[in-house]
Amino acid sequence: MQFGIFSVSDITTDPTTGHTPSEAERIKNIVTIAKHAEEVGLDVFALGEHHNEPFFSSSPTTTLAYIAAQTEKLLLSTATTLITTNDPVKIAEDYAMLQHLSGGRVDLTMGRGNTGPVYPWFGKDIRAGIPLAIENYALLHKLWREHVVDWQGKFRTPLQSFTSTPRPLDDVPPFVWHGSIRSPEIAEQAAFYGDGFFANHIFWPASHTQRMVQLYRQRFAHYGHGDPDQAIVGLGGQVFMARNSQDAVKEFRPYFDNAPVYGHGPSLEDFTRETPLTVGSPQQVIDRTLGFREYVGDYQRQLFLMDHAGLPVKTVLEQLDLLGAEVVPVLRKEFAALKPAHVPDAPTHASLVAKKLATENKEEANA
Amino acid sequence: MKQRTLVVVSAGLSQPSSTRLLADQLSAAAVTAAVERGIELQVRTIELRDLAHDITNHLLTGFPPIALKDALDAVEGADAVIAVSPIFTASYSGLFKSFFDVVDKDALVDKPVLIAATAGTARHSLALEHALRPLFGYLRAVVVPTSVFAASDDWGADSSDGFLQTRIVRGATELATEIDRREPATVTDPFALTVDFEDLLK
Repeated sequence: MQFGIFSVSDITTDPTTGHTPSEAERIKNIVTIAKHAEEVGLDVFALGEHHNEPFFSSSPTTTLAYIAAQTEKLLLSTATTLITTNDPVKIAEDYAMLQHLSGGRVDLTMGRGNTGPVYPWFGKDIRAGIPLAIENYALLHKLWREHVVDWQGKFRTPLQSFTSTPRPLDDVPPFVWHGSIRSPEIAEQAAFYGDGFFANHIFWPASHTQRMVQLYRQRFAHYGHGDPDQAIVGLGGQVFMARNSQDAVKEFRPYFDNAPVYGHGPSLEDFTRETPLTVGSPQQVIDRTLGFREYVGDYQRQLFLMDHAGLPVKTVLEQLDLLGAEVVPVLRKEFAALKPAHVPDAPTHASLVAKKLATENKEEANA
Repeated sequence: MKQRTLVVVSAGLSQPSSTRLLADQLSAAAVTAAVERGIELQVRTIELRDLAHDITNHLLTGFPPIALKDALDAVEGADAVIAVSPIFTASYSGLFKSFFDVVDKDALVDKPVLIAATAGTARHSLALEHALRPLFGYLRAVVVPTSVFAASDDWGADSSDGFLQTRIVRGATELATEIDRREPATVTDPFALTVDFEDLLK
């Protein structure tokens, strides 16, 4: 099972000090945070994409390539890549490039983006979010698998004799997850292609995530990719830890109360009860996270939201220390012990290359 | 007897409130009118006061806390709704509007709704027609022709057998008639797929 962190790249004032980091400071810090994720033994660092303030991450492949150059094992991913407003041709090119530079350490999570004003800036309309996600991804999927592409759709200029370069590393496209909070069409899309499904999980009650994942698993089997429990599921999570759980609550509360999205809304206690947010000791985080498996089944990737809401970088790095030293080693062991042998791990570049070779050898033997 | 469900939404703030009083009289009259048509109404009354924080939290976070979710599901699954608001500053109360702002836009389609309101003075009575009725019209509910307004005067000793009671019975009867002519309400599963993926790809 893969463990990691995902960042939404918000630039938020620290409510306890009034300090607002500059873009320069926050961008420098995200690199430090990603590198530290590798140092403490995490597997994945995923970065969001936004084209509006107060977020800095408009250009994820630039940031991820810079991080790739300074890490060795860390898998770089996105949370999420806007499949609606980006040109799928540019996604195909940018992420294939990143795949080469990082030595195959890249996958992507597709998302639609829920910020209405962003769509028209890119010549799109939020009301066409689902059709955009479906058409754009269909083209991206083709560009990474067919050398010369002729294509015509509703949302972009037709392509004639187009080849997206560079070609995917080893002719193996990056693995793709599809993220959605509430759209069954996206769970269906992930199932159709046999791709992964990532449930953001952090703003919605468990029962909701359970239904979305269940739908994805059933449809994954329907399309012949394996049994429902062999589908590839990722979950978000949100934690804040201290040795003593009361200290965690005390320290995190001002950040929670003023956070983007849910700040000035529900109490920390309500939100902890109704969503996967866990504020407490490392043991509480372990227990809660193991509990996710009870309603989504054996899953392949767990990402935590750690750097947000104005938390100072020092605090984020300390949180990563706790996660890497005390939480993830236990979770790895416990999840591995529970997972049946026929449930696969999340695909990596190495596993996808091996699978491709196996298929080719089989074809040669049959020929 | 046919079994049907009635959800009563009351946005009164004081306890007890005249809004709740009117809501209770309307639901009792609806139960009686339904029985006359061979229908047993199961009534659930939702006090929005109890959900005020949850409603605000839903507006801020985009998802309903458990108690509010339960109320929203009840409204969506109901065979009919009685909606009663106090009139504040010439219209429905903000709490009443906020609740219907988080009700799914399709939850009330073709659902019989009886609208009612309370206020300190009869000069507010047309708020039912210029505020509540268009709100439910937008939601494509079937609002019965009679709307019931009760001002402080209507609760006076001289009025207990007066026009208010007549309107309550007329509105409740219209509601029962609409329930009677419909099949039981069905709820759409938000996780159900409605189109084939191959069609989406076309």
